[in-house]
Parts: sequence; C-alpha cells; structure tokens
Amino acid sequence: MPLSDRQSDATTIADSARVAGPSRARRMWDSDFGYAFRRAPVAMISFAVVILLVLAALLAPWIAPHDPFNPATLNLMNGFTPPMQANAFTGDFFLLGTDDQGRDVFSTILYGMRISLFVGFAAVFLGLVIGVTLGLLAGYVGGWAETIIMRVADVQLTFPAILVAMLIFGIAKGVTPPEYRDQMAIWVLILAIGLSDWVQFARVVRGATLVEKNREYVQAARLIGRTPFAIMLRHILPNVLNPVLVIATISLALAIIAEATLSFLGVGAPPTKPSLGTLIRIGQEFMFSGEWWILFFPALTLLALALSINLLGDWLRDALNPKLR
Amino acid sequence: MLAYIIRRIGQSILVLFVVGLVAFSMFRFVGDPVDNMLGQERTQADVERLREQLGLDQPFVVQYYKFLEQAVQGNFGLSYRQGRPVAEILLERAPATLELAFVSGLLALAGGIGLGIYTAIRRRGISANAIMTLSLVGVSLPTFLIGILLIYLFSVELGWLPSFGRGEVVDLGWWTTGFLTVSGLKALILPAITLGLYQMTLIMRLVRTEMLEVLRMDYIRFARARGIREKSVNFRHALKNTLVPVITITGLQLGSIIAFAIITETVFQWPGVGLLFINAIQFVDIPVMAAYLMLISVMFVGINLIVDMLYFAIDPRLRVDRTAGGH
Repeated sequence: MPLSDRQSDATTIADSARVAGPSRARRMWDSDFGYAFRRAPVAMISFAVVILLVLAALLAPWIAPHDPFNPATLNLMNGFTPPMQANAFTGDFFLLGTDDQGRDVFSTILYGMRISLFVGFAAVFLGLVIGVTLGLLAGYVGGWAETIIMRVADVQLTFPAILVAMLIFGIAKGVTPPEYRDQMAIWVLILAIGLSDWVQFARVVRGATLVEKNREYVQAARLIGRTPFAIMLRHILPNVLNPVLVIATISLALAIIAEATLSFLGVGAPPTKPSLGTLIRIGQEFMFSGEWWILFFPALTLLALALSINLLGDWLRDALNPKLR
Repeated sequence: MLAYIIRRIGQSILVLFVVGLVAFSMFRFVGDPVDNMLGQERTQADVERLREQLGLDQPFVVQYYKFLEQAVQGNFGLSYRQGRPVAEILLERAPATLELAFVSGLLALAGGIGLGIYTAIRRRGISANAIMTLSLVGVSLPTFLIGILLIYLFSVELGWLPSFGRGEVVDLGWWTTGFLTVSGLKALILPAITLGLYQMTLIMRLVRTEMLEVLRMDYIRFARARGIREKSVNFRHALKNTLVPVITITGLQLGSIIAFAIITETVFQWPGVGLLFINAIQFVDIPVMAAYLMLISVMFVGINLIVDMLYFAIDPRLRVDRTAGGH
C-alpha cells in the first residue's frame, strides 16, 4: 500500500500551512470501526449498493433517459415495449422496457426510488427526533413525564407499526381537503411512518439515559450549574447516539418497506408521483398479460434497497456493540 | 397476584377508552361524511336530511354519549360508502378473514415448530443451514412481494391455483365457509402461505434457539446416558420444555396475523375485513375505519392480557425475564 508516500506528501503540505492530523475520513478509515468495515465483505458490498442506489436516485433528472412525468415527451405507441428491444412501431429503444403509457421503466424506477428514499429518510428522521427527545425527557426528568411517555409507548407498541401508519394516514387523509390529497400524500406518508416508529428510539434512549445520568461527568456538569436542557443536549445525547444510529439504519429499511407496502395497498404515494410501491402496484396489473418487466424491475430495486440497508444495519449493530469485540 | 391482575385489567380498559376516544374523534372531526355520500348534484335539502339521518346535527357531548352507547352494543352506524350498517358488513366479512388467519396460524405453528426442531437437531446439516439462510431472506422480503411472487409462480406460470378471491363458498346462514369446496380450499392455499410465512420463520427461529439451549442441559445428557431413544429424548424431554415461550410468543403473534391480513387480502383480493379496512381508508369511510379500529383494539388488548396472565400462571421466571429483556 503506497500509504507512507502519500502520508509524507500530506505532512509536508500540512506542515507548511498548519499542524493538522489526517483528515476526518482518513481517521474514520484507520479506526477500529474502519478496520471492522474493511474486514466485512457483506457490509462493504451492501454499503456500495446503498451508495449506488442513493446516488442514482439523487441524480435521477440527469441520469434518466426520459422524463416519465412530462406528458409531452410520452408516446402511447411506445407502450409495452419489452426490455432491451426496439419498439415495433416507433423503433425507440428502452433499457428496461416501457409501461402501458409508454413511460420508460428505468426512468420511473429512478424517480420512484427518489420518492421512496425521501419518504424513508424523512420518516426515520421524524421518528428519531420525536423518539430521542421524548426518550431523553423520560430518562432524565423522570416523574410523571416518564410515566406518560412510556405508557403511550407501551400502548402504541401493542399495535403493529404498519397498522398505526395506516390509521394515521387514513385520519390525515380525511383531514386534508380532497383537492390537496395527491399533493399532500407524500407528507402524510412521512408523518404516518414517522409517528409509527418513534417508540423504538424513545425506549432505547431512555434506557441509555437512565444509565448515563448517574455518571460522574453528568454530576460534574450539574455541579457547575449547567441547565438540565444543556446537560441533556450537550452531555448525555452524544453518549447515547450509538444505539440510535443502529436503530435508525434498521428503521430506514423498515420505513422503506412500510412506504412501499402502503403505496402498494393504494394508501400511499399517488400514481401521479409514484414511489417504488406504487410502481409495483401498477405493474401487478400487467403480470397476467405477460408484461413482466413493469412489475419485475421495480420489485427487484425495492428488494436490493431494503436488503442492503438491512444487512448494513445488522453489521452496524454488531460492530458498534462493545460486547462482541 | 390479584393486585397485579386487577391493575392489568384496569390498564386494558384505559387503553380501550383512549382508543374509543380516537375513534370518536375520527367520527366527529375527520372529513365531511355528507360530502362523501352525496355526489356533485345535491340540494341543500338533501344535505340537511342526511345530516339529520346520521345524527351530525346534534351537539358534541350528545354525539359522544351516543357513540359510546352504540359502540358497546356493537353498533357503529352506517357505512358512508355502502349506506349499510357497519356491523352487518363486518359480520359478513369476518368469516373470510378468520378462516384465513386460522389456516395461516396453523401453518405457521406446525411449520415453525417442525422446522425449528429439525434445524436444531441437525444443526450442522446442509439442509438445516439452507433453511436458516432462506428464512433470513424471507424476513427481509415484504409480505406483498411474497404474495406477488407466489401468484406469478403458481397462478400465472403454472396455472395450478387461483390468484384472487375465495373460490366457491358454502353459506351456513351466519357463516360462509370455503373449507367445504375444492375451489374454496384451492383459493386458500396461496394467501395462507403468504400470511403465515413471516410468522413461521419467527416461530422457527424461536424454537431452534430454545431447543439448542435445552439440548445442552444436563437432564438431556442424562436421558441419553440412560439409553433412552433419540426420538424420545428430542420430543418428550426437550420439546416439552421449549413450548412455554413458544406459546406466549405465538399468542402475541396472533394479533399481528390479523393485522397483516390487510396486506395479504389486498394482494389476493380476499373479501375479508382487512380489504374492507383498506377500501375504507381509500374512500375515507370513517364508520368502517372506527369500527375496525375498535374491533382490532379489543382483540389486541385481550390477547395481550391473556398472554400476560399466562406468563403469571405458567412460569414466574419468564415475567422477570421479559421486563429485563425489554422488548
């Protein structure tokens, strides 16, 4: 490995400017965590797949060969073109074929993945913020706040998350006026999935906070007169983040599957803004008539996405668990 | 013990009360049912008449009291979409869901315990390892994709089994059953597998872990040393001692089978309660949503209560484990 050369180069440059250690990314790579990562082929492959898919989704407007949501560029004659073949009428070529309206399946997948990933990330973020906040409060403040928060969490945990999400979606849909429903569907989805999975975060953070709040550094912070708010945010929070990271990764896979499930059931992303689940719902109709590609490719993408995030989360849980070192 | 039971029952009633409040708030504040039931062409008189008919013109407290009174009697009013009593629709749909849940529950239990024992006894065997790997993939697959996959394989490609509906059903007056006709039984196979697969892998992994633990115990070694046949050791000594946690977990899973039936029923257009609920969400049919919510809460809370009591009755150690385990 030409590491020594590069490092000496880096030091001479760094010396002339300022005394600095290796970059953050470099330190990450050299750490125990980075070592564990380099030794786990499954984690590396999953990570590569996730990065590839996220990049593809982010760059969809530039990568996608067609704009599937611009009716002006669609040609109905292109409908049902099989993958890797030229259309019999127009001679147009589509990598993964087209659907009934002549939309390029590859492009719809790229845009659909964008929506799936956006909903997934946003929902997990919402659940994380709510869960961590309530978990910190329950753990640090205790008393009736803890009782109420944990009771609500227990009750919600009695019901499967997907059912809670469906119910929140139904209620939110009823509250929105009909003419805004399609526009709001994405946000309603984020709300529904986010509110259905805060419990995991709250429980773990509360448990960790209960342990941390009796440590010396917290007592010291209290003695020098820091406010409870500052103690929770600046002192305890950074020390309970490891398990939160693990749960967030696994939650992301679950949130993406939940979004796909809701959209598939017709209570999620609308056909005008299809996510992967909506695409699978649309594709299912054509399964019986032999146009398998409209269903197959979105399903495969969803599977790759969910599986690689899941595997990454599994590995992360083991890697961040000091007991398994 | 008695204090614990009373406290648990009190908690359950409190939960149901909160759920009832949610259900009622849905009725009162979500959407305008009159808008949903009447089309574009309507007169003010039509609106007034329907409002009165649905009781929407009365004050909040009166409506709330009426709702509670009616709900306890199992009356949730008229479906906004179908214009028929919700209870009637639910009763009509219930047999389909219950039969499906029953068969997939049985499948999950039989398959899960069987495969769990097999993978525990043949721990290092190739087929046991293959089953374990497959089960990992099965857990990662979303339920609806499993359903679609099965339809593609057995309905589209092979043409052996129907892809939707319940087949021919026999009407027994208050119950319709698909168990008595060939087409009914054939229609049941794919949805039951789809619904039961996830639970099956869960039970299988649980049984395997428990079995592996028990098989290491001294009394198993002694039983072997005494020359008792392998079959007898595995089933009469080991299996018996793994069943307590299996029963309780299975009980808790019963509720999620009913909930996940929503997905399976949509994939297979199975005319059950779950499909009704999804359609109710799509059309914002509040009475049906509220009734389903109440029904499923009673079920979940009831199951949880019974399982908690079982913990107490069967093995006090488990109760301690459970609070310590934290899930």
